[in-house]
Amino acid sequence: MDLAFAPEDLKFRDEVRAWIEQAYDPDLRRQMAQSKNGYLDKAGQVKWQKLLGEKGWAAVNWPVEYGGPGWTPSQHYIFNMEMSLAGVPTSSPMGLKMVAPVIMAFGSDEQKKKHLPPILTSDIWWCQGYSEPGSGSDLASLQMRAVRDGDHYVLNGSKIWTTHAQWADWMFCLVRTSQEAKPQNGISFLLLEMNTPGITIRPLPTLDGPVEGEQEINQVFFEDVRVPISNRIGEEGMGWTYAKYLLEFERGNAYAPGLMNMLHKVRKIASTEASGQGTSLIQDADFRRKLASLEIKVESLNATELRIFSAMASGTPVGPASSMLKLEGSEAQQAITELTLEAVGNYSAPFIADTWADMRGETNEPRPGPDYAAPAAPTYLNYRKASIYAGSNEIQHNIMAKLILGL
Amino acid sequence: MDFNFTEEQSMLRDTLASFLQDKYSFDTRRASVKSASGWRADYWKAFAEELGILGAPFSEDLGGLGGSAIENMIVMEECGKALVIEPYLGTVVIGGGFLKYSGHASATDLIGGIIGGEIITAFAYAEPQGRYNLADLKTTAKKDGSGYVLNGHKAVVLGAPWATHLVVTARTGGSQREASGVSVFLVDKASAGIVTRDYPTVDGQRASEVYFENVSIPADALIGVEGAGLPLIEKVVDEAIAAICAEGVGAMRKMHENTLEYARQRKQFGTAIANFQVLQHRMVDMFINVEQSLSMTYMATLKLDESAHDRAKAVSAAKVQIGRSCKFVGQAAIQIHGGMGMTDELAVGHYFKRATMIEGQFGSVDHHLRRYEHLSIDTAA
Ligand SMILES: Cc1cc2nc3c(=O)[nH]c(=O)nc-3n(C[C@H](O)[C@H](O)[C@H](O)COP(=O)(O)OP(=O)(O)OC[C@H]3O[C@@H](n4cnc5c(N)ncnc54)[C@H](O)[C@@H]3O)c2cc1C
Ligand SMILES: Cc1cc2nc3c(=O)[nH]c(=O)nc-3n(C[C@H](O)[C@H](O)[C@H](O)COP(=O)(O)OP(=O)(O)OC[C@H]3O[C@@H](n4cnc5c(N)ncnc54)[C@H](O)[C@@H]3O)c2cc1C
Repeated sequence: MDLAFAPEDLKFRDEVRAWIEQAYDPDLRRQMAQSKNGYLDKAGQVKWQKLLGEKGWAAVNWPVEYGGPGWTPSQHYIFNMEMSLAGVPTSSPMGLKMVAPVIMAFGSDEQKKKHLPPILTSDIWWCQGYSEPGSGSDLASLQMRAVRDGDHYVLNGSKIWTTHAQWADWMFCLVRTSQEAKPQNGISFLLLEMNTPGITIRPLPTLDGPVEGEQEINQVFFEDVRVPISNRIGEEGMGWTYAKYLLEFERGNAYAPGLMNMLHKVRKIASTEASGQGTSLIQDADFRRKLASLEIKVESLNATELRIFSAMASGTPVGPASSMLKLEGSEAQQAITELTLEAVGNYSAPFIADTWADMRGETNEPRPGPDYAAPAAPTYLNYRKASIYAGSNEIQHNIMAKLILGL
Repeated sequence: MDFNFTEEQSMLRDTLASFLQDKYSFDTRRASVKSASGWRADYWKAFAEELGILGAPFSEDLGGLGGSAIENMIVMEECGKALVIEPYLGTVVIGGGFLKYSGHASATDLIGGIIGGEIITAFAYAEPQGRYNLADLKTTAKKDGSGYVLNGHKAVVLGAPWATHLVVTARTGGSQREASGVSVFLVDKASAGIVTRDYPTVDGQRASEVYFENVSIPADALIGVEGAGLPLIEKVVDEAIAAICAEGVGAMRKMHENTLEYARQRKQFGTAIANFQVLQHRMVDMFINVEQSLSMTYMATLKLDESAHDRAKAVSAAKVQIGRSCKFVGQAAIQIHGGMGMTDELAVGHYFKRATMIEGQFGSVDHHLRRYEHLSIDTAA
């Protein structure tokens, strides 16, 4: 047991810091500070991801042969920490973190050659078509049909809650290729182009009030959509196995570094805000106590993550313990957005529909209240998603009860 | 002791509830929120003329229906259930409240204007630096001849875009957070030197930043006693808090109802999600939160006419309960709705937004806990 970094790690940390300082430009920073849901617009996302790509840091978890940097666990930890502390945008995970590992593990050579390079360079945007109107937590009950017709599958049905479907060039999705006694059987994993005839997208604006075109989620309808059978990953009927493999990647993320950045932002807001007692809010005893309490929650999670990820580095898979990180991480995210909303006080009420309009020069109307106020309430509202998506928190409890406690 | 409503009170509730049922569907409200004006002036007229509810809490002497704060509670709970945006709180509860207690020479006329729907008031009290401290005022009213000159900036004045008049708190003396030196004025919004910037709020209402730039107001704009306005402000704000507690109860009740209904019909894993025990317990806790909130709203409302100390204690206690419950019930409602809860399409998200704003309105849970602590522990005999 040892918490200290080696000298070469410290050198690496300086390199990461220096790069962020230069690449994460004021425009991106300002746009990120005004984000209501943790994402930039598509142009901003792609700009950032391409900068990372040029540095060779777009896909740090990929094996070297596909363009990963081949880092040590310490380097991964340092990179993640520095990026998070700087509050950089999160790269869209659907290509880099979700479908890519599945293609590497189960795709054909041709699929690897075709899909992995443009994911690495962020030239192709991916979306995830798992959930359906009738199948959320019970994903295995999904009903979207894919019927063989010559060398194509014909798809009918609909996918829902599809993040950024409107920006996507491709979708990876789960479809039902046969009805089996066990619903997990009979599911296949397909890749499809979003411009295939028969696909329509209906935006689903969320309660935080996104600008048109910037909505986070959508419903996607499929009417006789023809997808080449060669777009299937692996074997027919084995989609569930591949999907579960993917879920491990979706859930096996470190939360603590990002949470530390969120805490840093609240602390800054509270140093600016007045308490109404002639001091700044950060001097307010109740507020300080809550902030300290959340910091400890994040410290605990950080320590747990270090423990789990260092075990992973020596070969133990994260497994169902990722549910624990998801539970603690999402709850901490939500608690920090709550505290931020509270810190902002009365100026959390004004609703600014487009918090980026002034950056684009579309308005020079001054805002009511300080700049940091406008995203506070939308962010709080939007982050209710964190306990719903990627396996709801109730489902995570069920998983732990079953797989860890053996109940 | 009697927790029953009188026949008139029940009638008031039924009349309003059936009007809202017929005319205030979620889609109608959505259209109002999105419209240029952001509200329904014709509904306000109907409140005044057809329903007569704008006179609910005023005595018959003042031209009202002879009611009190209980009537405000009834109206506001129904407003909470339908997410009413029209400014009953700012006009009847607050504007009417100040006038009722002001001893102002024209109070009866002005209240008549409120009851008739011609006078609409918005409460310009909060300032950018003041958070929830009602005495943290930089806005000044300087004596000028027989009248005053107002200067300052009021933040997030709810309902101001629709108002004919503003109720303004300002310093006629004293230093920034001092209890004395605070005065209240009723100011015609059309007065020269008032600049407003209007905007929508997160919960579908409208508000303004209001700037006073050398606004001359007559002597009779003063409401109550010059320099001794704070006790009156606290009294009326306590009445307003009791009213939004009732509104919160209405909103929570609907969130609980919607959630139960959704959980009964939504199936996953071959069964209604209402059959999962963890969700059942949470829905039970939601119910308990609504009931506790209702009880505390009754208590606060019934104690509004007691001593300032007892009134304030009861109101802060209620606001703490309602603030916590709004958060719990709102978050649970969204969670149990899953992805559906995140959409703008369902009413539940809109109730959640209003409930979230109620949490902070007139002071957060922490603010009222502190006020309660002070009243209960520091000043206990
Ligand atoms: C912002 C956002 C982005 C998303 N992005 C995507 C995406 O890109 N692609 C995609 O495929 N999906 C996406 N999703 C969908 C997400 O994965 C689902 O919302 C999630 O799986 C829950 O399903 P549901 O919404 O149908 O809720 P339901 O499954 O209907 O759940 C409703 C409630 O019941 C509870 N519940 C369900 N089963 C049980 C049980 N057995 N025991 C106890 N409680 C239970 C849930 O926890 C929840 O509280 C996204 C969702 C959101 C909110
Ligand atoms: C101080 C004390 C005084 C008492 N006095 C009396 C007395 O005077 N006369 C008398 O007859 N009894 C008395 N009892 C007994 C008391 O009523 C029982 O302890 C009680 O009914 C619980 O039963 P149990 O202890 O067998 O626990 P169990 O029933 O075995 O419960 C164990 C745990 O499982 C939980 N649980 C059980 N079923 C469910 C379910 N369906 N869903 C979710 N959770 C569940 C329980 O909530 C509990 O947490 C007393 C108990 C105490 C502690």
